[in-house]
Amino acid sequence: MDSQRIPLCFPKLRLVMVAAAAAVCLPLAGCSGGVMDPQGPIGAANAKILLNALAIMLAIVVPTILGTLFFAWWYRASNTRASYLPEFVYSGRIELIVWAIPLLVILFLGGVIWIGSHELDPFRPIASPDKPTEVQVVSLDWKWLFIYPDQGIASVNELVVPAGVPVHFSLTSASVMNMFFVPRLGSMIATMNGMVTQLHLQADQPGDYYGQSAQFSGDGFSDMQFILHAVPQEAFAQWVGTVRQAGPALDRAGYSDLSRQGSVSPFTYRTVEPALFQAVATQEIAPAPGPTAGRGERSVHPRMER
Amino acid sequence: MFGKLTWQAIPWDQPIPLLAGATVMLVLLAVIAWVIIKGHLPYLWHDWITSVDHKRIGVMYVLLALAMLLRGFIDAIMMRSQQAVAFHAAGYLPPEHYDQIFSAHGTIMIFFAAMPLMIGLMNFVVPLQLGVRDVAFPTLNSTSFWLTATGALLVNISLVVGEFARTGWLVYPPLSELDYSPGVGVDYYLWALLISGVGTLMTGINFVTTILKIRAPGMSYMRMTMFCWTALAANLLIVAAFPILTATLGMLALDRYAGFHFFTNDAGGNMMMFINLIWAWGHPEVYILVLPAFGVFSEVISTFSGKPLFGYRSMVAATLFICLVSFMVWLHHFFTMGAGADVNTFFGISTSIIAVGTGVKVYNWMFTMYGGRIRFATPMLWSLGFVVTFVLGGMTGVLLAVPPADFQLHNSLFLVAHFHNVIISGVLFAGFAGLTYWFPKAFGFRLHEGWGRAGFWLTLIGFYVVFVPLYAAGLLGMTRRLQHYDVALWRPWILIAGVGIVIMIGAAACQVAQLVVSIRQRDQLRDATGDPWDGRSLEWATASPPPPFNFAVLPNVHGTEPYWGIKQRAIESQQLTAEPAYEAIEVPRNSPTGFITAFFCTITGFALIWHIWWMMAVGLIAAYAVFVWFAWRDVEEYVVPAEEVARIDRERRRARAEWLAEHARAGATA
Repeated sequence: MDSQRIPLCFPKLRLVMVAAAAAVCLPLAGCSGGVMDPQGPIGAANAKILLNALAIMLAIVVPTILGTLFFAWWYRASNTRASYLPEFVYSGRIELIVWAIPLLVILFLGGVIWIGSHELDPFRPIASPDKPTEVQVVSLDWKWLFIYPDQGIASVNELVVPAGVPVHFSLTSASVMNMFFVPRLGSMIATMNGMVTQLHLQADQPGDYYGQSAQFSGDGFSDMQFILHAVPQEAFAQWVGTVRQAGPALDRAGYSDLSRQGSVSPFTYRTVEPALFQAVATQEIAPAPGPTAGRGERSVHPRMER
Repeated sequence: MFGKLTWQAIPWDQPIPLLAGATVMLVLLAVIAWVIIKGHLPYLWHDWITSVDHKRIGVMYVLLALAMLLRGFIDAIMMRSQQAVAFHAAGYLPPEHYDQIFSAHGTIMIFFAAMPLMIGLMNFVVPLQLGVRDVAFPTLNSTSFWLTATGALLVNISLVVGEFARTGWLVYPPLSELDYSPGVGVDYYLWALLISGVGTLMTGINFVTTILKIRAPGMSYMRMTMFCWTALAANLLIVAAFPILTATLGMLALDRYAGFHFFTNDAGGNMMMFINLIWAWGHPEVYILVLPAFGVFSEVISTFSGKPLFGYRSMVAATLFICLVSFMVWLHHFFTMGAGADVNTFFGISTSIIAVGTGVKVYNWMFTMYGGRIRFATPMLWSLGFVVTFVLGGMTGVLLAVPPADFQLHNSLFLVAHFHNVIISGVLFAGFAGLTYWFPKAFGFRLHEGWGRAGFWLTLIGFYVVFVPLYAAGLLGMTRRLQHYDVALWRPWILIAGVGIVIMIGAAACQVAQLVVSIRQRDQLRDATGDPWDGRSLEWATASPPPPFNFAVLPNVHGTEPYWGIKQRAIESQQLTAEPAYEAIEVPRNSPTGFITAFFCTITGFALIWHIWWMMAVGLIAAYAVFVWFAWRDVEEYVVPAEEVARIDRERRRARAEWLAEHARAGATA
């Protein structure tokens, strides 16, 4: 009775189909330079798992979408060739398949998850003949401090590591939670005050890789970007030498200045007080202060400088 | 005298919130003035504000949801436009404003748009489908609604008085602690959600009781509609999960107000506990929203396919399966916080297992359409758009449940695209499908098809144009919540998403136009029969709009599709069932309890936010006093006399008899 009043519109369903196809293909097409264009073993392994999982699911998702659209189109009320089965409400065989398909897929995917989670645990060292470069990371409001304990130097908002060698990051936060992330190298990990997390990454080739915080941390969050420069081993030694020549020294007072809220351009420290990272991580140095006031207080928190 | 509240609290230096606030205030004043001048105030007070009728409350929930949906959508427009211009530039929204916008967008959309939309539909539909006269606790129901409205009001006051949270919609400590957020923004968030959370919990209790205890004679559990089942599952989740939210936010409030150290950096606090607790609520919350949505689609697909729901028992099992497993997956929201591989594995697998239940549902909808006679009215279009879009969103969700993949995509725009993909296609599409489907039941006339269709297609296309680029930007490493950025690679995708939001604006305009046009043409769109879609469940057995008592005589249920059975028998025998013996019906009396309680709760909340302690005490005592006063009343119901019941029902029977005759004529000519 209603079918007369409501015109059918199945040709438009083709639009849906196109949109669905685009939804799958478009993001993958445009991803050179991102996490699907990895530059190290961790990123490559992550991306591979991502693609595997995607392929496994597309194998059932695409037929499901097409099947839905086909059923909707074929069984349209105006199609006189389609049979009307108003009593078809149960079929044990279909029920079995309906439960079995997703279950089997998830069983398969569960294996991928199990193996992937263990092999790519961020805390797990990268197998390599080379000794990893040690970097201690402190996230501050709103900048990154990178301490090289073996070299006794530090840099802010700029990270230089030798290419082709694993890097072992120990990470903590001076104040609020952040997340250390270099998209093209792979896994991210949280930084939290009073705690130390571990991360192992490696850049296979020299290059400049964009890094940022992946956890919102306050008004200056957008400025928590840095460039990771992966350089040949000799160039790294050279860089260490240059850094030792100039720049301020990072001691408790210097750290206290650095930990005040605000954004800075990249710079380096020629020396670092030993065990500064441990002092931050164990809260021997108190958590960094926040803003003095917010709206509703006597004065409004000063604007960020751009 | 006024705690922290001074003239400084109003952002005189920021034109955007000031103008927006002033506009809203003017519109509100104009509406109130119009209501008073036109003399509609008594009608509004007696028939809506103090109403304890589940249908009226349902309609008010949906109205609140639509208003807040628009507010949240304006936030979305601002975010998209800010990111479109903030490439190597500061954009037009400074960080302290931008941060409030995305926090408010999330809070409003989840708590004050999506939740009221689903709860509104449940309110309107569940008692009708169960074949009963009201919910278990009608006055409590009204109180629930008004407390939700209190929360929405507090969030919107923060636009012009003080500030809203600048921490993201789940206020992760330590950022949300006093040390790092000394302003009132987080306090607005806390009290808005603590107060409305009480309302939501009461809704949960109310509906669980209603569905378990109050059903029409013969309405056994396995005869309930799918929507009632999903409503039961969602409300069980509310009862189990919302206390966690209240406790968690309560602890954060103690940290901020009383110097406790639950989640602070120092003195033994641990922010990881907050993140665990908030997601122990947060993940079930996802299913609180999406389970009723699944119910709506089940009703719509079955009705417009002209078939009962395929695999009913399987659907019930899948619903309860999802309900249970949804409590075992919360850790997937923070795989990157450094839990070990074993923990991540467990939660990765449990998360993907949920997809089994959803997969079963999708296949059952497919087979409901198989062998059907499908009519593509607007609700069915929303449902088909949902299946296609939701399957894709579910797929990216399972992708994010694989920990190594999540290590690359967590907190990226890929994640943002994923949850918008499932929430928009799941909850929003369900909201619109349900709205179009049940609108004629609520108001006695249909919504305009053309505008509804235009709204659907623009929403669907707009959705893909906004969120497919965001998937891409996420794969390129773009993190969420960036106020500005310098990476050229992301720019084109953000610009395309900006175009998408323009399409979405068009979609929103169509939806508004649909409502306006439908109201103007209500006489052409009138539905006299009470059964405009050839429906199958009991809500179509009564008149549109239903009388206050819903059913003149409670239906006697014999199968899973009681109304379909009644209708077929009538068609076969060419006559309605014999006129029943009408009796007087007791209907719950209206009560201003909910409204007045919520009024004082708003005062209490506002006072707590601004540390105005005397005002808090006044509000709290008054709110309590209202309840005591309510407890003392001894006349709870009024009686609709039998003659009145008979008059109303005979009108309905006449319309049905006319329809029956017309149906027979149409059958004869065919």
